[in-house]
Amino acid sequence: MTEFTGGFDASARYRLDPQVALRPEPFGALAYHYGSRRLTFLRSARLAEMVRDLEHHDSVQAAVNASVPEVQRPAYLRALASLADSRFIRAC
Amino acid sequence: MPVSTGPAGPGTAEPGSGLTDQLKAGLDAPICLTWEITYGCNLACIHCLSSSGRRDRRELTTSEAQAVIDELHDLQVFYVNIGGGEPTIRSDFYDLVDYAVGRGVGVKFSTNGSTITGERARRLAGADYVDVQISIDGADAATNDAVRGEGSYAVARRAMDHLADAGFGPFKISVVVTRQNTGQLDAFEALAAAYGAQLRLTRLRPSGRGADSWARLHPTQAQQVDLYHWLLDRPDVLTGDSFFHLSALGEALPGLNLCGAGRVVCLIDPIGDVYACPFVLHPEFRAGSVRDPGGFARVWRQSELFLELRQPASAGACASCGSYDACQGGCMAAKFFTGLPLDGPDPECVKGLGEVLLGQRAGTAPSPGPGHSVPVRLRSRLRDSTR
Amino acid sequence: MAPMNNPENAVALPLTTEPDADSDELVAEDLLVEEISIDGMCGVY
Repeated sequence: MTEFTGGFDASARYRLDPQVALRPEPFGALAYHYGSRRLTFLRSARLAEMVRDLEHHDSVQAAVNASVPEVQRPAYLRALASLADSRFIRAC
Repeated sequence: MPVSTGPAGPGTAEPGSGLTDQLKAGLDAPICLTWEITYGCNLACIHCLSSSGRRDRRELTTSEAQAVIDELHDLQVFYVNIGGGEPTIRSDFYDLVDYAVGRGVGVKFSTNGSTITGERARRLAGADYVDVQISIDGADAATNDAVRGEGSYAVARRAMDHLADAGFGPFKISVVVTRQNTGQLDAFEALAAAYGAQLRLTRLRPSGRGADSWARLHPTQAQQVDLYHWLLDRPDVLTGDSFFHLSALGEALPGLNLCGAGRVVCLIDPIGDVYACPFVLHPEFRAGSVRDPGGFARVWRQSELFLELRQPASAGACASCGSYDACQGGCMAAKFFTGLPLDGPDPECVKGLGEVLLGQRAGTAPSPGPGHSVPVRLRSRLRDSTR
Repeated sequence: MAPMNNPENAVALPLTTEPDADSDELVAEDLLVEEISIDGMCGVY
């Protein structure tokens, strides 16, 4: 169930951009990209954890499959595509 | 408790209600904060929110300032907005900037440009994670200098030229909107475009020296409406969420449209006092000091003032107004320094409700205090050995 | 990174067979990630 959104390829391995700081919050996490000065709010602790550990999975899809029930996977993939679009995560 | 006007969909400027509520309830650490590192300034702008001029001898020492930066690092504050006064008059200013960046805290600093020489601009161009903001309040010398002093426009423009020549990249041009310059918005936009800079417009508050000049400087109601429409058409113009009181005019302006004071941001002043925001440098809004046991972290997390600000706000006199959700009663600094109750309309309420109240309560505004007026003179030979 | 979240703020959820703390979030999936325009936040000059 791979989704393409622009250049995003869920079958590729991605990792959190080293210029991004991820700060846990009660509601999930804040992510700040020091290079672009952009600030993003991750509304899910699970998503924050996934983003942090992304590079340890063979692909984004694998990372999503590992921690999210099937019905929620499209939403998580969309969220990750959006993070890729703003360069918070990037292909390894 | 006010509820925001609905969840966001993709591509809209309005944040989801969940985010807004989370932020109003306060974060465990600021996202960023403003740090005035000196009250000293070589200018004497008539609306200065910090009444700057003379340095305060109780200023934080270099090592105390580094300890603050260490705390910001530990709290994972993403960046700090450094200002003053004129922050660059501190001889340790650039060392502190380096120290902050070294500890993973980004730096954005605001300056009148007096010390941005060609050499300094080149050094700044080579610095990562440092952003620069140049302040002007007019698109020409006459308009600007009437507020900021003779020659200040030329100084600011020269600094901008140096930054551009040095390949600094996009710096910010920051303007406080006044009755006298609202006719120059297009000119400001063009100026920023010419430099490849970002334009930032912020709201004049009756704070500091602004208390004396606010009555004649603040935009008229008609000008506010024009400003609102101008901003709506230009989502790339930064506003610091200064104008969320104008959102009662219709569609919300881009941004968070909420007061982040004590919730998302705050201010640290030159002597280490912590206030809710730079526009309320008054004992009523002082939360504590970084010099207190527990330092800044304890003030942020446990001060009575900040805990109170993080409580749901009461609409008070605005409860029956259909626009409260959009404007949230406006700016507490604007209300406080015009003597209006905090749970009522903003003095510039777009429905004119604040103006009515002002008329009834003439003479009740609190004093901003003596401030630090009397500008310092810059030494003719700047303490910059790299020049 | 030291966690900032206060355990007392955590929401208690009913037990289900799937340990899924995020089910409420998924109705409008665009809300999982939200960019914040804070550059120049009020109180910052």
